[in-house]
Amino acid sequence: MSYIPHTADDIQAMLETIGLADVEELFTAIPEAFRFPTLDLPEGLSQMETSQAIEYLSEANLPAGKMITFLGAGAYNHYSPAVVNQVLLRGEFLTAYTPYQPEISQGTLQAIFEYQSMICALTAMEVANASHYDGATALAEAVILALNAARDDRKKVVLSGVIHPEYREVVRTYTQGMGLTIEGDEPASADLNTFIDAIDDQTALAAIQYPNFFGQIDDIARFIQAAHAHGALACIVADPIALGLLKPPGAMGADIVVGEGQGLGIPMSFGGPYLGFFATRQKYVRKMAGRLVGETTDAQGQTGYVLTLSTREQHIRREKATSNICTNQGLMALAAAVYLSVMGKHGLRKVAELCYHKSHYAADVIDRLDGYNIDRHKPFFKEFVVQCPRPVAEINRYLLETYGIIGGYDLESPYPDRKNQMLIAVTEMNTREEIDLLAQALNEVEQ
Amino acid sequence: MTEPLIYDLGSPGRAGIKMPDPDVPLADLPADLARDDLDLPEVSEVDVVRHYTRLSILNHSIDKGFYPLGSCTMKYNPRLNEDMARLPGLAAVHPYQDPETAQGALELMYETQEWLKEIGGFAGVSLQPSAGAQGEFTGILIMRAYHRDRGDTRRTRILIPDSAHGTNPASTTMSGLEVIEIPSDARGNVDLESLRAHCDDTVVGLMITNPNTLGLFEDQIVPIIELVHNCGGLVYGDGANLNALMGIVRPGDLGFDVMHYNLHKTFSTPHGGGGPGSGPVGVAEHLAPYLPGPLVDIVEGAESEGEMPRYQLVMPARSIGRMKAFYGNFGVIVRAYTYMMVNGSDGLRRVSEMAVLNANYLRARLRNTYHVPYDRVNMHEFVIEGRFADAPGIHALDISKRLMDYGMHPPTNYFPLIVHEALMIEPTETESKESLDAFCNAMVSIAREAREQPELLRDAPHSTPVGRLDEVRAARQLSLCCRPIANPD
Repeated sequence: MSYIPHTADDIQAMLETIGLADVEELFTAIPEAFRFPTLDLPEGLSQMETSQAIEYLSEANLPAGKMITFLGAGAYNHYSPAVVNQVLLRGEFLTAYTPYQPEISQGTLQAIFEYQSMICALTAMEVANASHYDGATALAEAVILALNAARDDRKKVVLSGVIHPEYREVVRTYTQGMGLTIEGDEPASADLNTFIDAIDDQTALAAIQYPNFFGQIDDIARFIQAAHAHGALACIVADPIALGLLKPPGAMGADIVVGEGQGLGIPMSFGGPYLGFFATRQKYVRKMAGRLVGETTDAQGQTGYVLTLSTREQHIRREKATSNICTNQGLMALAAAVYLSVMGKHGLRKVAELCYHKSHYAADVIDRLDGYNIDRHKPFFKEFVVQCPRPVAEINRYLLETYGIIGGYDLESPYPDRKNQMLIAVTEMNTREEIDLLAQALNEVEQ
Repeated sequence: MTEPLIYDLGSPGRAGIKMPDPDVPLADLPADLARDDLDLPEVSEVDVVRHYTRLSILNHSIDKGFYPLGSCTMKYNPRLNEDMARLPGLAAVHPYQDPETAQGALELMYETQEWLKEIGGFAGVSLQPSAGAQGEFTGILIMRAYHRDRGDTRRTRILIPDSAHGTNPASTTMSGLEVIEIPSDARGNVDLESLRAHCDDTVVGLMITNPNTLGLFEDQIVPIIELVHNCGGLVYGDGANLNALMGIVRPGDLGFDVMHYNLHKTFSTPHGGGGPGSGPVGVAEHLAPYLPGPLVDIVEGAESEGEMPRYQLVMPARSIGRMKAFYGNFGVIVRAYTYMMVNGSDGLRRVSEMAVLNANYLRARLRNTYHVPYDRVNMHEFVIEGRFADAPGIHALDISKRLMDYGMHPPTNYFPLIVHEALMIEPTETESKESLDAFCNAMVSIAREAREQPELLRDAPHSTPVGRLDEVRAARQLSLCCRPIANPD
């Protein structure tokens, strides 16, 4: 009964007001045969005991911080300034609901408006929404927007095989009832030209990742031109940290920019909660999913913020809504807004440059090792592919057991032709010493 | 009282943080790849802290006061949950780490699956879905896949009562299925005759919220489920209202085939101003192979050797696929698991009992002041009409806005759609009798004001940072971004 305030007297007084003799009488509407089942679960513990039990569980894991890590592939060990977590702990943000009552939700609403503005600035797109569950579901919603924009005349989507494998899986899950063809990523190893050739006049949307799943920077502008030549919408799945340094997709003509915002101050937390960001052109705003915060005024002329264009949404439009999304990732959007404010114009660029320089240093030292080769046929940002002399799982076991290093991602399972290829991520958190140690350990594995 | 935008604070050249200089040689970046400008704020750390602190105090929140938002289960969010989710051994674990280095995280997920199965009476649970709406979508895809797998492709219709949440029909459309609306009867329950008329071999299933959005338990739930099952359909339970049922009745025992749980409602994880949530889905045995994955399972054989169980990620045999990247909103799951451990089997039943007691107490105290259209023992929430015959021109919205002047969050407005001027009230079990009494006194006082000083309601709120905002203007003169960006065609 930890969080229930009632005393026995309170309960008695309330029952009297209701006109019932005991609490069980509240439940006579429930078929008797099924009423009050015995739950085969432990009894409640004190907060102290619970805390000890969960700390014990947490100690069975080997987290970043305790370990040196070079693992990325869609979730990254970036630095989160202390301010981010402190703001998230403000109960006024943490324990508020979706801001349906704007007069008493201006904090959340303005913070989301600022988040939308920062995502627009980062991607160079005209509008952004209040968030999606993650980068994968944001991409799925981009597909749905494009199908609606094409008014069902186009039932094909072209996804590049260099998009995160799980994102492509999620698009397939989401669209399984929509009578849609998805091409472009079979085989997943197809090159940019093959992917571009799959775009045709039946294509509603084509999407590529930037930098791609292998960390490489493709010729995005060429892809966008090709999509537009066929009347398809061009969607870019972008890494927001990379956009601190790289040319924004909006400036190259993208129609939709989505991505995973986890790098913007949000912990890796074993895969969630993360932040799907979604930005597009003004002309598609009414086809967009999710919450949108807009600026307006009250009767006294004071500036204020409200949820707007809700006629797109499920609670008004029901089966005709643009999406079913309701609860999104509000607090994670706040985290990103605080992160982007603290980092600011100069800090985010610096983070991106640190990732760029350190990953290139790592690639250089690993490239010099016997038996290891770096794929350098395209520029890369913070991740790169290493051709290894042995299976990646074997190498990673050695790194972990001998040096406490969490190695890179094994590319073979999603890309069967990429045998012995490791995807290494280097962020601002990795020191030169860590990188040198990684190279030393890799060298030892070869010997 | 308003706060400038973060972009209007600070000064060119100011920075909120110092990042270190590179400790490695600099690498060249091809000039054509780099962006010219990055239009982000230029503020100091103290600017940021003050700005977001000042913004925060413009919010109402559970931490500040009563929040009886129907269907949203705004219960107290225990702080222990926050501490646990932030333990470095949980918060700094990468989802692709070798499972051998993440056994604690996997065990926590496994245990959460087990607890939810037992609470709901289901054979399998997937923690993948990120929110209730995604849980619904998952459930519909599972039902669809089940029928298709049996070659039963004629089934394309989902039956949905008119009192349902808007996410139900929206999720149905996303699954490529057709919505058939079932009316409610005079008691506020599903109209059995209408349901019977629609039950045929084109039905994928029925989506039903129980207790329904009037806060009433469907007392014909057993015959309803039988009707649907007899025509070969499946029954989906919207678990938004599970806070009334823990240890009281298990939906799986009643015959529900699939249900989602809202960890951010029933299991006390904070709403965060609109998420993150978590919407795990539970299913009966025959639907377990279709669950989205990966799920966490025990590696067979390891336990019998007298060792600790070892956990692994597995994909169900005929899975509908992944609903999101990675495994679910793990940080939210940690909070919910913490809450379940603190409560235990005895505490969870007490939670539901007290949630129902509180809602009935409010109804008993308000029924002489407000019309209660379905006035019988309710579950964890109930609906009143926000209008008075002798105070024409006063709407539910006016009552809601006036409540803000009393320092309380309004109930849910205009939902469910089947009640005129609906105010849907859900107090939750964490509110004390004093808190409930204060709400009733405010509601009684507002009812008096409605007759004596109606302008007090029509112009309300009077004490909030801003007054009623011009929503028409917001939609017509759309301003969603404060930066000057134009995308060329």
